Amino acid sequence: MEYFVQQLINGITLGSIYGLIAIGYTMVYGIIGMINFAHGDVFMVGAFLALIAFLALVAMGLTAIPLALFLVLLIAMALTSLYGWTVERLAYRPLRGSFRLAPLISAIGMSIVLQNYVQISQGALVKPLPPLVTGGYTLLERDGFAVQLSNIQIIIVVTTLILMTAFSLLIARTQLGRHMRACEQDLRMAALIGVNTDRTISLTFVIGAALASVAGLMYLLYYGVIDFFIGFVAGVKAFTAAVLGGIGSLPGAMLGGLLIGLIETFWSAYFPAEYKDVAAFSILVLVLIFLPSGILGRPEVEKV
Amino acid sequence: MTVAEHSHISTAAPTLGDNLLAALKSAAIAALIAFGMFALLLGFRTEQAAGPLTLEPRPLLLAVTVTIVFVGRFLLVLAWSSKLDVARFTPSIPESVKPVLARIGEWIGPALLGFAFIVPVVFYDNRYLLDLGIMVLTYVMLGWGLNIVVGLAGLLDLGYVAFYAVGAYSYALLAEYFGWSFWLCLPVAGILAAFWGILLGFPVLRLRGDYLAIVTLAFGEIIRIVLLNWQSFTGGPNGVNAPRPSFFGIPFSAGDDGFAATFGLEFSSTHRVVFLFYLILALALITNWVTIRLRRLPVGRAWEAMREDEIACRSLGINTTNTKLTAFAIGAMFGGFAGAFFATRQGFISPESFVFMESAMILAIVVLGGMGSQIGVAIAALVMIGGFELFREFAQFRMLIFGAAMVAIMVWRPRGLIATRVPSLFLRPGKSATSDVRAEARL
Repeated sequence: MEYFVQQLINGITLGSIYGLIAIGYTMVYGIIGMINFAHGDVFMVGAFLALIAFLALVAMGLTAIPLALFLVLLIAMALTSLYGWTVERLAYRPLRGSFRLAPLISAIGMSIVLQNYVQISQGALVKPLPPLVTGGYTLLERDGFAVQLSNIQIIIVVTTLILMTAFSLLIARTQLGRHMRACEQDLRMAALIGVNTDRTISLTFVIGAALASVAGLMYLLYYGVIDFFIGFVAGVKAFTAAVLGGIGSLPGAMLGGLLIGLIETFWSAYFPAEYKDVAAFSILVLVLIFLPSGILGRPEVEKV
Repeated sequence: MTVAEHSHISTAAPTLGDNLLAALKSAAIAALIAFGMFALLLGFRTEQAAGPLTLEPRPLLLAVTVTIVFVGRFLLVLAWSSKLDVARFTPSIPESVKPVLARIGEWIGPALLGFAFIVPVVFYDNRYLLDLGIMVLTYVMLGWGLNIVVGLAGLLDLGYVAFYAVGAYSYALLAEYFGWSFWLCLPVAGILAAFWGILLGFPVLRLRGDYLAIVTLAFGEIIRIVLLNWQSFTGGPNGVNAPRPSFFGIPFSAGDDGFAATFGLEFSSTHRVVFLFYLILALALITNWVTIRLRRLPVGRAWEAMREDEIACRSLGINTTNTKLTAFAIGAMFGGFAGAFFATRQGFISPESFVFMESAMILAIVVLGGMGSQIGVAIAALVMIGGFELFREFAQFRMLIFGAAMVAIMVWRPRGLIATRVPSLFLRPGKSATSDVRAEARL
């Protein structure tokens, strides 16, 4: 029982990270109907930017960890947004109206570019960071097994909740949110009634990248080690989360993220851990076959 | 862009000064963005000697990169706004050169083929070049195999390396557990890979194109992870040994029953390499020949029709599931053949050879060569694999350039660098439309 509760806590933490990445997939898919294959690597770039920003701040003599982390968060979000914007501008915008697979192939190319760019510029070795946020609470203790809720887990879940709320408000209340929803329903019609679709799409990528960079920072703090390859597996899992929740649906992305995080954690806890990626990938396959529109998504109608 | 179009029509064209100013402004913005992007990742390098990570500043690299972006953007905008339009990236070939180019195009295939045949004769003493040739030909074959799936049937397969792995492990494991020879295993490896293709393809082929891509990627990873972790059967990360090939039963050994002794030659280890070279050349040519023949059969026509418009295809009564499955299975089969060859050439295989990057590389070759173009794929493999081997010091930039080339090709020439796909059906033989019109119709 205690073991189960502990895994539940770990799973929710991991799921929050996946959920933040999944939002980027689901928004882009909702608006322009493409899988932004490079999104996982934008997440990885965000993690690296956070790491370097933190080291730079420490080198400049900033020792207050909470302040440093807050600044790192802002820097990482701002700079990763630039990556999101540039990727869209260079690799996707020229391809609107090209043939069906062109954006996806371009996205795969972009993903390879980002991975190798980081590998060449920062080296292929893993980058460790000592735990910055320590401590926590013991929730339950029985038979020598204690259920721990660490501070970093609280930070991750709370940050995710705050961002999700802010983002939902942005979609529901602001003009940009209205534009995004208009573009999602019908891109051409939105353009006809005066929505600047290019700008809206760019901002979608920027927001997606900013959220991914937060996930990157969380990943860095939670696991304490990153390398240039983390974006690939995390990207596929977050995509699975987006599909599972129903691609195009924001609450779906969060729900899917949580489910994938829980499934992965429970699989590692009760089954051979080396097959946890197989479990996540199999779920992707099964969901696409039996529930293609996801839990909260709408069925997709193919038009001629 | 609008400035350039404007200048064609109106007489009050913007002066050079205006253009320069606009270009400078745009370049400054681009440089600012580049600075933001690269300041941390290129400007610093994380180092770990002993203890915690430290930062090592690299201001020069950052400055050079930002300057390159600035100058590049400046020239680009200037070129756009000038009347030259050199930067429009729609290279128009003068009419007078076209027939010459067409003739070169006709000859380049046979010329390459002839060259491939004499490589082992000319470079007999150069072991390195022979090995490189074998590697290039392996990728040519993989590219042609994937071309059936991606180029002809229009199904984006990101897990092609899984079939390569199935072929390689089929041979290695059958030889290890049952002692089967290469020539027995080669067809079996192909058939097994084809079965895997059907097995994986069957449930997922109802999916839309981009979903299919992600699912094939997931399958590729699943197969790799299983190979990595099923230690008792596959050897896990330690890999498994695959026997060396024999000349139809005669081993390439120095003994009395060896190849050299049987044919009265002096023993040389090069014999085996030359044999491997011709073997992969033959396998690749078979792949090419089968593809060309299949394109003229109903199933091949159905593939290409399905690539163009799946709904129209279904409306015309083509069974798209079967059509997709055949493409998947045949593409996988050639991947399996190539895998068996790879295993016997290497003598040892491990899951490390079958990572996603390998799939991406094969896909990049197909995309660069122009999806569906046989000669284009061959040239792309030659340039990308062979070219980079010649510049070994840049090897770490290989995947970076592969990726950038994939993006650039999609943006500028989605038909690929060498888009000479011969249509398999003419409206009026001999009076075909120009290639540009054909391409327009296709896209």
